[in-house]
Amino acid sequence: MAGNIIELVDLKKKYGSFTAVDQLNLAIRKGEIFGLLGPNGAGKSTTILMMLGLTEPTSGMAKVCGIDPTTNPIEVKRRIGYLPEDVGFYYNRSGYENLMLTARLNRLSRNEAKQKVEQLLERVGLSDAAEKKTGKYSRGMLQRLGLADVLIKNPEVIILDEPTLGIDPTGVKEFLELIIRLSREEGLTVLFSSHDLHHVQQVCDRVGLFVSGKLLAEGDIQTLSKKLFTKSPFIIEVGVSNNAPDAQDGSGGQDAADWLPQLLQKIDGVNAVHKKNEIFQIECSRDTTTLIAKAIVESGAGLNYINRKEYGLDDIYYRYFEGGEENE
Amino acid sequence: MGRFKNEERILHPFRVILNKEISDHVRSWRFIILIAIIALTCLGSMYTALTNIDKAVKPNDPEGTFFFLKLFTISDGTLPSFIVFISFLGPLLGISLGFDAVNSEQNNRTLSRVLSQPIYRDYLLNAKFLAALIVISVMFFALGFLVMGLGLVTIGIPPTVEEFMRIIFFIILSILYVAFWLNLSILFSVQFRQPATSALSGIAVWLFFSVFYGMIVNLITKSIAPSAMASEYQIIGFEELKLSLLRIMPNQLFSEATTTLLMPSVRSLGPLTMEQVYGTIPGPLPLGQSLLLVWPQVTGLIAATVLCFALSYLSFMRREIRSR
Repeated sequence: MAGNIIELVDLKKKYGSFTAVDQLNLAIRKGEIFGLLGPNGAGKSTTILMMLGLTEPTSGMAKVCGIDPTTNPIEVKRRIGYLPEDVGFYYNRSGYENLMLTARLNRLSRNEAKQKVEQLLERVGLSDAAEKKTGKYSRGMLQRLGLADVLIKNPEVIILDEPTLGIDPTGVKEFLELIIRLSREEGLTVLFSSHDLHHVQQVCDRVGLFVSGKLLAEGDIQTLSKKLFTKSPFIIEVGVSNNAPDAQDGSGGQDAADWLPQLLQKIDGVNAVHKKNEIFQIECSRDTTTLIAKAIVESGAGLNYINRKEYGLDDIYYRYFEGGEENE
Repeated sequence: MGRFKNEERILHPFRVILNKEISDHVRSWRFIILIAIIALTCLGSMYTALTNIDKAVKPNDPEGTFFFLKLFTISDGTLPSFIVFISFLGPLLGISLGFDAVNSEQNNRTLSRVLSQPIYRDYLLNAKFLAALIVISVMFFALGFLVMGLGLVTIGIPPTVEEFMRIIFFIILSILYVAFWLNLSILFSVQFRQPATSALSGIAVWLFFSVFYGMIVNLITKSIAPSAMASEYQIIGFEELKLSLLRIMPNQLFSEATTTLLMPSVRSLGPLTMEQVYGTIPGPLPLGQSLLLVWPQVTGLIAATVLCFALSYLSFMRREIRSR
């Protein structure tokens, strides 16, 4: 496929008997911001290392910009900027010197390197701290310096491994905005790994869900929720007063749990009704809010509360990672 | 003009790492301390050599013509001579320049950042080795010439060409010797995550060879020593076995090689029978012959260095580079 800048086919990595990455298939299109979302130890970093040729896959193949990183890592590394998790710099050198080193490793002459480094330091807002030793930088500054470091080689793709780890909320916000701006302005493809779904949700066009070495699902947030909750993409929450309806059967004083499910099951599109505390959760295959409201009102009971709930990444996340067992 | 050219030149990445490593060494406190220790001890041994040189010159000494070389070898017993110092401090220098070569990069989390640049992985290892070697070479040549210059000023007798060449070869040999220890410590720095562990392992190997190995060889050889009544061949065989056991030590190789180079009257490093010595006139060997004599020792040292390098290469090249 022409539009794919990163392609992983049946990628597998085993450490002894432990499988870190299991038969991974993934394609990332040019120019998008892709989020790799998964808990710690899901194999995100291992996958990234394989894309860079920093570790060899046990089987399967990775293709980055059409090049195999295992056999030709130099060409791949020329095109990819990689910001490792918890990036480190030579602490006894200044930020400027550190970036100069990277620039010269990428075969820039001293003049070109100087221009590029100054421009990037400006861009990530570190011009004032350029002459400071990186040992004295704060975590957020280091992370921004890391981003500048990644951009020196004019990469086609940048891979950020847990870039928001350990930065304060304002720092995270600025950092994410910086990433979005860069990606839009320079047409960069960004691969972003994180275990924090809010960060991913803020910046990513598409998301891949990673659990114990397997890619469970991928797509944008809407398709993801459709994909993951195939039967019931909608949940409608209803609260009814326990007053018995003077309904057809005339059975007064009954608990709502006894009659409400039967009533609602008749509606086309309702799959299941659960009672959770005092709220009923109704799983539907389509939006039936008005029908449900109408049915309840017509039955004579009081409708206290009705809410249509849409799945956010939150629900997807918790459903998969916290309650992962039930989906296996 | 030259400056302009320098600004526009595109350096090979290997040179970039090399420059960085050399400047790291030169700026580091560790290096300054080491150079101070070594310069001081060299000056100390120079001093004892100079105060004792009048006693060292005896009539009918076959090495009388190699007066200048005595500067490097004599001592009055209070301070060791220059070569003893070098053979003692050289390993320390090598170990301390290499023990944190790779693991400190890993611990500072710079390794994965540097290796994600478009460079071959071995550039890093090679540059680390070469940078330390260059630094050591410059230092040893400077020290050697310093000793020569001081000697020249004090005793007023210039070295002959042969003496000069012998000193140059001695310096090269010392560099080779330190290169072995350097490579050993780089190997440990690849293997061990903690710099302290790798420094300790290097020092342990050094202590083992300089203190314990000789004792162990003595123990073994004592138990298998032939009786006094044994035949000549048995005794020679035994002595040769003892020597070859000792020659596993790099220190032994180094001291044999340096004594041969700096004491031209040494004509064999193994046992000699009476028949072989019979009829020889005590006299110095020419430089070519001395070099020929130490060739196996030099080869041994180089082989040990290459072995260490190959092992670190092997374990570093295919390893997974995690960010921490």
